[in-house]
Amino acid sequence: MLPDPNSLAGPLDPAPEAGWSAAPPRMGFFTDTSVCIGCKACEVACKEWNDVPTSGLDLLGMSYDNTGALTANSWRHVAFVEQPRPAGHRTPPFAGNPTGGTTSPSSAAVGATTADPVGTEPGVPTGSPEAAARMSAGPEFLGMPGAQPPGRATGAESRSDFRWLMMSDVCKHCTHAACLDVCPTGSLFRTEFGTVVVQEDICNGCGYCISACPYGVIDQRKDDGRAWKCTLCYDRIGAGKTPACAQACPTESIQYGPLEELRERAAARVATLHERGVPEARLYGHDSNDGVGGDGAFFLLLDEPEVYGLPPDPVVTTRDLPKMWKRAGVAALVMAAAAVAAFVGGSS
Amino acid sequence: MAEAHPVGFQWVMEAKLRGTKVFHVDPRFTRTSALADTYLPIRAGTDIALLGGVVRYILENELDFREYVLAYTNAATIVSEEFVDAEDGDGIFSGFDPETGAYDQTSWQYAGQEGHSGSMDTTSERDTAAGLRHESHGAPIPGQVLRDASLQHPRCVYQILKRHYARYTPEMVERVCGIPQEKFLELARAWTENSGRERTGALVYSVGWTQHSVGVQYIRTGAIIQTLLGNMGRPGGGIMALRGHASIQGSTDIPTLFNLLPGYLPMPQHDKHRTFDEWTASIHHPGQKGFWANARAYCASLLKAYWGDAATPENDFCYGYMPRMTGDHGTYQQVLNMIDGKVKGYFLLGQNPAVGSAHGRAQRLGMANLDWLVVRDLFMIESATFWRNGPEVESGEIVPEQCRTEVFFLPAASHVEKEGTFTQTQRLLQWREKALDPPGDARSELWFFYHLGRKLREKLAGSDKPRDRALLDLAWDYPTHGPLAEPSGEAVLREINGFEVATGRPLGGFTEAKDDGSTAMGCWIYSGVYADGVNQANRRKPRHEQNWVAGEWGWAWPANRRTLYNRASADPDGRPWSERKKYIWWDEQKGEWTGYDVPDFEKTKPPSYRPEPGTSGPAGIAGDDPFVMQADGKAWLYAPSGVVDGPLPTHYEPVESPMRNPLYQQQANPARKMYPHPINSVNPSPPEGQWRVFPYVFTVSRLTEHHTAGGMSRMVRPLAELQPEMFVEVSPELAAEVGLTHLGWAHLVSGRAVIEAKVLVTDRLTPLRVEGRIIHQVWLPYHFGFEGMVTGDSANDLFGIVLDPNVLIQESKVGTCDIRPGRRPTGVALREMVEDYRRRAGIGPERHDPVVTPPDSGAPDAS
Repeated sequence: MLPDPNSLAGPLDPAPEAGWSAAPPRMGFFTDTSVCIGCKACEVACKEWNDVPTSGLDLLGMSYDNTGALTANSWRHVAFVEQPRPAGHRTPPFAGNPTGGTTSPSSAAVGATTADPVGTEPGVPTGSPEAAARMSAGPEFLGMPGAQPPGRATGAESRSDFRWLMMSDVCKHCTHAACLDVCPTGSLFRTEFGTVVVQEDICNGCGYCISACPYGVIDQRKDDGRAWKCTLCYDRIGAGKTPACAQACPTESIQYGPLEELRERAAARVATLHERGVPEARLYGHDSNDGVGGDGAFFLLLDEPEVYGLPPDPVVTTRDLPKMWKRAGVAALVMAAAAVAAFVGGSS
Repeated sequence: MAEAHPVGFQWVMEAKLRGTKVFHVDPRFTRTSALADTYLPIRAGTDIALLGGVVRYILENELDFREYVLAYTNAATIVSEEFVDAEDGDGIFSGFDPETGAYDQTSWQYAGQEGHSGSMDTTSERDTAAGLRHESHGAPIPGQVLRDASLQHPRCVYQILKRHYARYTPEMVERVCGIPQEKFLELARAWTENSGRERTGALVYSVGWTQHSVGVQYIRTGAIIQTLLGNMGRPGGGIMALRGHASIQGSTDIPTLFNLLPGYLPMPQHDKHRTFDEWTASIHHPGQKGFWANARAYCASLLKAYWGDAATPENDFCYGYMPRMTGDHGTYQQVLNMIDGKVKGYFLLGQNPAVGSAHGRAQRLGMANLDWLVVRDLFMIESATFWRNGPEVESGEIVPEQCRTEVFFLPAASHVEKEGTFTQTQRLLQWREKALDPPGDARSELWFFYHLGRKLREKLAGSDKPRDRALLDLAWDYPTHGPLAEPSGEAVLREINGFEVATGRPLGGFTEAKDDGSTAMGCWIYSGVYADGVNQANRRKPRHEQNWVAGEWGWAWPANRRTLYNRASADPDGRPWSERKKYIWWDEQKGEWTGYDVPDFEKTKPPSYRPEPGTSGPAGIAGDDPFVMQADGKAWLYAPSGVVDGPLPTHYEPVESPMRNPLYQQQANPARKMYPHPINSVNPSPPEGQWRVFPYVFTVSRLTEHHTAGGMSRMVRPLAELQPEMFVEVSPELAAEVGLTHLGWAHLVSGRAVIEAKVLVTDRLTPLRVEGRIIHQVWLPYHFGFEGMVTGDSANDLFGIVLDPNVLIQESKVGTCDIRPGRRPTGVALREMVEDYRRRAGIGPERHDPVVTPPDSGAPDAS
């Protein structure tokens, strides 16, 4: 069988491509952040089921997020974003109250300087205060924390609009998964459900996958050096069960099912939200023509992906490998030719 | 709700998906607010002003569901001419005795019944939290009343209500609660527009309403609104109390309370209920209508369940064995008694008062003065280690080597390690199986009490002392199974359900209870849960295999009714109010009530039935009286009896407040339960000028990530790491005023304690404009203590002890404090700091928190 022309980029059904014959439908997550209540049941259920170690006991000051990031020790991560911005058609929460300016950007900036030593690499690195403030302020950057006390940090007269965005993030199980492409041992593999899983008994801790992931998801434990991430509960779904996080989610913010069906459901949900006056609702990672060929775990967001700490236009880092190899090959040939020329020339 | 009840909140989200509009009222913007359509920040402790504003909005605009109100409520009933409203008494109703701080309810009665108040001695009612009884039935009054169906009589309830709330205008709501008028009107409009024939609205509350010195009256106000709007007894309506733990509903139905017996039967009082007849006669009024009139049969059957063969009609069913109350034996009185050396031993089961109860220092010092303390819990909680690791050890108030309390820690089985039922807020009992055996020495509560009883009886066997008869005569013969000799939960459920003594046949329901000793029934309201010998609580028929009420999932008390008083879902003639809200109706052909639920009415009593005047009991209930557990068959907008701090809810300031009551001269609830004791204190409020020592309002509640006092979450790694430190949430404005920085330290001081916390400066908190002043509120989680993987100071240490008079719940949702940047002092300096504040605030032995507010001194700082 000839390799798919889209083997490294573009739409593709990854399981057959990986050699699975009679693969079941591709399974995935649709995480609808518009109904997320930030309860973190997904984080707890994931840790319980998969026996994931602790991710630290530090107060991060990033709203109610004390997990910080997806790491080898946190395979679901609920982000909390406080923003002085309107939310859909809602009545402004603080309309008529004697409020001053917002503090959200400066609090977020302080939060970005905290990190949780979770014993993983890169773990929860400290973030950029500027970027965090920008996220919290929304697309209009209100200015970065200065020397002023909180509450006077922005020039805003008074805040009345406010929204608190919550999103449960997870490994995207990309159609074109760079982590898998670069894995030298075959520890990372494509399952029959189209998901991407690390086999911990094969991983040799080389860490190539970490720099390859366009989302910064995969991470390695310092104590054993191995890489760990969401398996989409490979053991559960193989037994016909729902992944632990989706099972625990009380509001069906995390939905599990055949990807095709989830994409239809997601499109309908966006349409409903648009009808109900939430024009900012949008999908992320659903498009099989994006830089990673679409995600197996995609999202409904209520703002730009950057607001949630997601890359706006992720690209599989191995997409350009053929081109790079071609260039490298050409360069090698040129070098060889030059060497030959020099040798031949020298002798002549 | 999303914050403390995320699993229940899924139904709100489902309703939202169908277009429901959600309003959220809370002092702080929570995860619930994030999902609500409209969020209303409110000054903590002012909900009656807000809800009273809604009552006024309904009445002034005549938006009540008039046919419902007229037929099913006491709106038309005429009240005694002796009644003087709080509006005319400057915040105090007629009948108040400033000496005892209690009301005589005689003048509150319906016209012509002045001598018939079922509750005369309110001091004693307050001491025994008598209001708790009314969870299953109304207060006893005669059933025959005078009515004016035109609602024009100046003393009819409708007109009294209208006058009482006339000043609760949108302007007043803004002045008292800090809620802008437009927002208040948005709420009032939505609520009223969503009620009536075609639509119903639901009200959901939790301990944010109950834990106040006027907590019961908060809920009364909600009930008045829901009743005026016709939202009771109808699908999609009602008032839902969200419980703080699994089966809290169950623990009041079959109570772990000092003043109640199963099924809301009152615990006997030694001076008033010397005989069985005196006891049962006190429970219901001789002339009262409805099913509560059969209370004598419930009492006899309960004693028969306790003492089996030994209980006979001749010996009053061993009534003489029953323990008696002599006054207030509530948890806070107990703690003060411990400090005073009057209590020797204490059992703590599933409770962590060292962290979870108000005035933590009093709790810990009390427990440090016992002979023995038994703690049964999943983990080594603060209430088991206070003598060694508590903050009083650091301050030198408890010396571990000298602490006299002998603590016995017994590991407990968790809910997945034992079988049994949970009863949730809809009164639904759901059976759960044991998933695995408890580890090590951990045992279930059922095991513990059964075997404790067994061993005590073994030790006493052969005793001829009369005092031991109560224990020796108990019917204590539950079958056990397995290597641990675990008693059978189903056998207990069967006894709760009740059975015919002669044959052992399980009873089908409480209507089969007899007062002649032929039936035994452990909890009359639960009767039917084991009907036909089947564990009805264990039914799990999927929803798509039955109608939408899903009556075959679990079992709800009473008689498997899912919506109480559902006769009200039909009009007086028995027809559904509307096709859309059809639920229970009269089937003329069959001559019976039918519908989707079990009718909460005598099945074949036609809507046209009218009792002969003077008929009492169930036969006294007319065919159009849906409220069958009320003494007059009506929903009470006005409570002539049974609510000890007034027949109508009235706004009082929290006991600790930086504000003068804008509505009345009377500042705080005059009937509140106070505990003058050297260790207890109340921060001064206006008109006392020293309120300024504690200028900020604080409120506490829960985070999704932790469970109550933290015993089940701070000890569990995946939960502990989600909220790893004690913190305080402050608005940017307060942070600027006090000099607090995000993630820096702050300490908070009250007249009881000083605690420290990390600071979260967040837009989710807002200052409020109240009476032209800016009021700052801070919020704290109360989960933290000194044991576990994550530790921190306990927010409840800040509170003093002052209680609601009806049910003796503490005011632990609002208090005043000072907040300062930096960490608190440690060791001896810590108490010195509190003493300094107390000195400045004038708190000391000479200061008495005034029951009746003294006239304003004219000090400008009073308001």
